[in-house]
Amino acid sequence: MSADSNSATDEAPERLRIVLAKLGLDGHDRGLKVVARILRDAGMEVIFLGLRQTTSSIVAAVEQEDADAVGLSMHNAGHLTLGPKMVQALADAGLDVPVVIGGIVPAEDEPLLYQAGVAAVLGPGAPATEVVEAVRAAVAQRTA
Amino acid sequence: MATPSAGGQAVPLWMGQAHVYPCPSLLSILYAMDSTTPDNEAYGRWKDAYEASPTRDDSFETMSGVPVEPVYGDAPYPGQYPYTRGIHPGMYRGRLWTMRMFAGFGTAEDTNARFKEILRNGGGGLSTAFDMPTLMGYDSDSEWAEGEVGRAGVAVDTLADMEDLFADIDLAKVSTSMTINGPANIALAKYIAVAEKKGIDRAQLSGTIQNDILKEYQAQKEYIYPPRPSMRIVTDMMRYTTAEMPKWHPVSISGYHIREAGSTAAQELAFTLANGFAYVEAAVAAGLEIDAFAKRLSFFFNSHSDFFEELGKFRAARRIWARWMKEHYGAQDESSWKCRFHTQTAGVSLTAQQPEINIARVAIQAFAAAVGGTQSLHTDSYDEALALPTEDAARIALRTQQIVAYETGAAVVADPFGGAPYVEWMTDEMERQAEAIFAHLLDLGNGSILEGVYEGIENGYFVGGIADSAYRFEREVNAGRRIIVGVNAFTEGDDDERQLLRIDPSVEEIQLKRLGEVKQNRNSDAVSQALAKLKADAAVPDLNLMPTTIEAVQAYATEGEITQALADVFGRYTEQAIV
Amino acid sequence: MNIRTASLTELVEAARSGDNRAVGRLLTLVERGSAAAEEVAALTHPLRGNAHVVGITGAPGSGKSTLVGRLLAGWCQRGLRPAVLAIDPSSPISGGAILGDRIRMDDVIPEGTFVRSMATRGHQGGLALAVPGAVRVLDAAGFSPIVIETVGVGQVEVDVVAAADTAVVVATPGMGDAVQANKAGLLEVADLFVVNKADRPGAADVRRDLELMLDLAHVTGADTDDSGVYFRPQILMVTATTGTGVAEVIDGIADHLKHLTASGRLADRRAHRVKAEVRSRAHAALEQQLRHSMQSDAATAALEKAINSNFSPVDAARKIVQKITGD
Repeated sequence: MSADSNSATDEAPERLRIVLAKLGLDGHDRGLKVVARILRDAGMEVIFLGLRQTTSSIVAAVEQEDADAVGLSMHNAGHLTLGPKMVQALADAGLDVPVVIGGIVPAEDEPLLYQAGVAAVLGPGAPATEVVEAVRAAVAQRTA
Repeated sequence: MATPSAGGQAVPLWMGQAHVYPCPSLLSILYAMDSTTPDNEAYGRWKDAYEASPTRDDSFETMSGVPVEPVYGDAPYPGQYPYTRGIHPGMYRGRLWTMRMFAGFGTAEDTNARFKEILRNGGGGLSTAFDMPTLMGYDSDSEWAEGEVGRAGVAVDTLADMEDLFADIDLAKVSTSMTINGPANIALAKYIAVAEKKGIDRAQLSGTIQNDILKEYQAQKEYIYPPRPSMRIVTDMMRYTTAEMPKWHPVSISGYHIREAGSTAAQELAFTLANGFAYVEAAVAAGLEIDAFAKRLSFFFNSHSDFFEELGKFRAARRIWARWMKEHYGAQDESSWKCRFHTQTAGVSLTAQQPEINIARVAIQAFAAAVGGTQSLHTDSYDEALALPTEDAARIALRTQQIVAYETGAAVVADPFGGAPYVEWMTDEMERQAEAIFAHLLDLGNGSILEGVYEGIENGYFVGGIADSAYRFEREVNAGRRIIVGVNAFTEGDDDERQLLRIDPSVEEIQLKRLGEVKQNRNSDAVSQALAKLKADAAVPDLNLMPTTIEAVQAYATEGEITQALADVFGRYTEQAIV
Repeated sequence: MNIRTASLTELVEAARSGDNRAVGRLLTLVERGSAAAEEVAALTHPLRGNAHVVGITGAPGSGKSTLVGRLLAGWCQRGLRPAVLAIDPSSPISGGAILGDRIRMDDVIPEGTFVRSMATRGHQGGLALAVPGAVRVLDAAGFSPIVIETVGVGQVEVDVVAAADTAVVVATPGMGDAVQANKAGLLEVADLFVVNKADRPGAADVRRDLELMLDLAHVTGADTDDSGVYFRPQILMVTATTGTGVAEVIDGIADHLKHLTASGRLADRRAHRVKAEVRSRAHAALEQQLRHSMQSDAATAALEKAINSNFSPVDAARKIVQKITGD
């Protein structure tokens, strides 16, 4: 392929880079760590931020790491406030990066999260293949 | 009670079942074997101890009216070192396990109302759950607290909240359990200060504070300062309560969270007991006599779904603790050797899919805890995989353990599975795996478990080991090698919607207003002075921080302020992540 | 500006005006190593400033990320604008990676700094190409110092650190680091030693071991470079978790730069760095050509002959190389 100084730079990424984090004080990181390994084993690069992140620390990481997606794990019933807040913070920073939420999210809340712009919601016990597919689909949707 | 005997000679208790052996020649062989075993002496001691201890008012027979013995099988019997079969000679014939239900949310006043209701209904124990900001050392007006105030427990910012929490409750008469770790020193200081305001001497206070900081770095992640200064706070509290509060349990060493974070049963067992050894070493290094505090240590285990593995784990826990306390640490007092533990069913085993079937899981886990000899038990509500439990679900959970206690016969015979080859093998296997982990920690710590635990925290041994186990389990489930009913097998289409508990957001507003008022009405000079003194004391390693912490809470310094003062000296901890 | 549709020139422009998204995107392109990467190199090389490139290496668990986090904060306080390239290994099986360096610097990553996690992505040769390109992007964007942080294993990683202006080696008590570092050849490249976890028992022993090795190097003359300039690396005791000794490390790194400038060695080092990159790139280009040539009919024929006749493998190789070089 060729590229000159005026060509668009958004080729399809061969190796997805995913930022994984937990927002707020909740310390349940078992799921986040398992997902980190699932994505690594699917060939992705996981930028693991871990516990106690804020929307602004995640935005900074997404910018600097040029991440393709953000994965958040929620166990404290804060998803309805924090999920949309994350989507908004990324949009405000001019970042077109999809947000995938996993953890404990009751089915009845899923439509609300999708409405707020969350790209995918993974329920408790989602199998590895579903996790990987959801992330790939979320990224593909954006780059399409 | 039918005393089994042959020719005036005591025989092992399973001989009470002699009638099930139809062949007289077999019987005579067994009698002959018995006369040569040394168990008679142990049995005699057990019998004396059993008969000397009170029993519940119960007929101790099967549902069909068959009278049964307090124990069957071989020595060492329950109540005998190393307590594999239980810490009391008659186990639940003396007293059932305590059915402790941990709950709490909303404002301090809401929780106070519930406490009073529990006391009116004859309960003597109060169990306090704090909200996330309180557990992490942040005030309700911190930016970190947004959306979390009063959600998973009660918010306690200042002494005023603790006063509300225990208003009109006679603290000399109740036993209070507080589930808090990072800021445990502040919570205990507030409890002492409230009692003092009521004119109750701290020596009269009885209760338990979780205060198990080591497992926070390994699993639950609710830490504030780095491990070493945190351990100083723990030993300060151990010294303080040992000297001044003889009825207080200063640490409840908790494997529950280690298991929830994804460890195996053996890791839960080994990490928890290693933490216990670490507290013992730290307290001895701080100048305490082992027998002065060891009997006030208690444990908290998880009960998961693999029944026999859990049973082996519980039995091994008692045996290991007894052996190490006696042989490795040289404790002389028998009560220092006894591993007393609380159990909670495995929250992580609950599935969001077909949530009703969780009731069956909880029942089996509760049964394992009971026959495993737990001192108290919390059963999870079936809807907890989704959100905080509803009242109905919590009631079913309590009823479940009542069924185990009163209908199944689990409380009639001590260690009913003891002697079964598989159960004995599993107990040995759990012990073997745990000993291998202790050996590794001793190696890491140059002969000290405490140093080994510090090193293991720092080099990621614990979090890495737990993450490995969690991932292995996940892969097995994903590959279908391990069946989780309702998740990867026996699934149904759409799961019906459950009614979920949501917390009223006005709790946050009320608490913020309360905190604002307290801050306005207190003497701010006194607060700054108290905080300055605390910082100065913190910089001197040998000083006990409890008295100054009590002074600070009495000046109505907030939890966030006290935590920050200590963090200025100690630093704050962030995990050196091993994923 | 839409970062995903912007041209390279626009991205470079944005990166220089402080848009971290643009910096992040340029680094991605450099990492992918495609034609766009070559273009980025062409655009950013003329824009290079005078960034102080600091290599920091140490075994896993030596606390080097925590140290780097502290350094970032310290540099910011002194009005500098530092950036970090944190390099971690990729999984050899899946090619994926878990990059956890940000979390280790967490709480201390100050605003205005830039941290990029980079996976080794399999073959290490790629790293030797990607790192100079990434440093060039960060330099063009105005960051300095630029830290390259690696786990001290693997020759390429050692080379990457050695190619920095200042190479810092982090050791800790109780890990036999001094010996390990010696084995990996790190002692020879170190301009500054940090003994981290200095509050631990055994820290003094590590210091003593390092002093001994430096004494030995002095006796043999190994610490004197080609032009006869002698520089004895400092050994600094640090507790990164509390920040004790970090200011001294910042001073020590600055002192080393002063020494390089005063002795005229800075220009030599940078020339050496360019030379090393040119060699790596040429090597990579040749290798690619070789891969291509190996598919050719002539190569297949030469191979065939080596396998089935008395035509020696040496001659077969010569024949294939001649195809490339045209000799």
